[in-house]
Amino acid sequence: MSVRTLEVDGRTITAMADQTIFSAAWDNGIRIPRLCHLGGLPDAAACRLCLVEIEGQKRLQSACTTKVAEDMVVRTDTPALQAHRKLIIELLFAERNHVCSVCVVNGACELQTLAAELGVDHIRMKPQYPKLPVDVSHHRFGIDHNRCILCTRCVRVCDSVEGAHTWDVAGRGRNSLIISDLGEPWGESASCTSCGKCVQVCPTGALFSKGKTVAEMRKDRSFLQYIVTAREKRLWIAERKPR
Amino acid sequence: MSKKRLATVWLGGCSGCHMSFLDLDERLLDLAELADVCYTPIADVKEFPHNVDITLVEGAVANEDHLRDAKKIRERSGILVAFGDCAITGNVTALRNLFNVEDVLSRAYRDSMIVGGVPEGDGIVPKLLEKVLRLQDVVAVDYFLPGCPPPADVIFQFVVDLIGGKTPAVTGRKFGS
Repeated sequence: MSVRTLEVDGRTITAMADQTIFSAAWDNGIRIPRLCHLGGLPDAAACRLCLVEIEGQKRLQSACTTKVAEDMVVRTDTPALQAHRKLIIELLFAERNHVCSVCVVNGACELQTLAAELGVDHIRMKPQYPKLPVDVSHHRFGIDHNRCILCTRCVRVCDSVEGAHTWDVAGRGRNSLIISDLGEPWGESASCTSCGKCVQVCPTGALFSKGKTVAEMRKDRSFLQYIVTAREKRLWIAERKPR
Repeated sequence: MSKKRLATVWLGGCSGCHMSFLDLDERLLDLAELADVCYTPIADVKEFPHNVDITLVEGAVANEDHLRDAKKIRERSGILVAFGDCAITGNVTALRNLFNVEDVLSRAYRDSMIVGGVPEGDGIVPKLLEKVLRLQDVVAVDYFLPGCPPPADVIFQFVVDLIGGKTPAVTGRKFGS
């Protein structure tokens, strides 16, 4: 695999040719804000928070899906990008009914934490207060669409790690909704294995374990590290004995 | 130089932000040295005074009294702070915005075996607004201090900065938490 040399925020870094800007930056200690990317899952560029400026390109590019290139010059933290990111976070808050103080992951939510880090102290646009369902038909877990930011981490972990593809996205734009199977209640899903991976990767309190109340839930993603490492080392491929 | 005049107001909130304000404990005495606390629900002052330099407003705008008071407070205050999540986002107070106001009243009063009817008539209870509003929806807000509630240490630093004529250095405060 060939190596690429590029500049990120004034620093010269090297990366493998197939790495994304996000991953190359991460390896060099440069943290680009994100809500949909999660190491070990395929990327979707759904949240738009990792948008970066690339010299010579008019449009902003999502760092999680743009590959590095030789002599590329990338800026990840300009005042314009900071303003865009603040706006995205505010739009997420305005779009659905996020009430941090009574949420299961209060204090450990990625949306809540990122909002604070980016200096979002109020929401400039009008809250939409949409009527959204809460599905608690599953015996162990629940999904509260009020807290969903449509990052699709649940969809991706279910498809590419668990291999069940229970979750998908129905509808478009503000009417988008995460659904199980073809829109059946989660508890009646024929494909769900009840593994709980979706619950653990969810950045907010949208997917939660039953029996948890305000601020009690903490997400555990250690399984993902384990699975990714095992996959990279091919631990599941039985060695064929020479005949 | 005369002392800055500081006020705190309680609109549609649970008073938790004021409980946190009371958690300043002995620093309340320091605050009284730095500013003239001219109006607050923890003192018995009936009318919101004129010429207030800094006002912290807890709570969302949920009824007609809140709406009237918010406008009056804005007129009489130099710096207006949305104090805590309810004033900033509507928070728990605005949970009822998912329903219409008649259904909310029915649930609380008519369906309740204890109360038996919505209290009505002038001066009994203020009429609820159709939707709970954020402070910024009804008046201009100068600063926002998130938290449910904001911790006492943060309140103190924030207020001391404002009294000193500085932009509060408090940043990165989470909603909720």
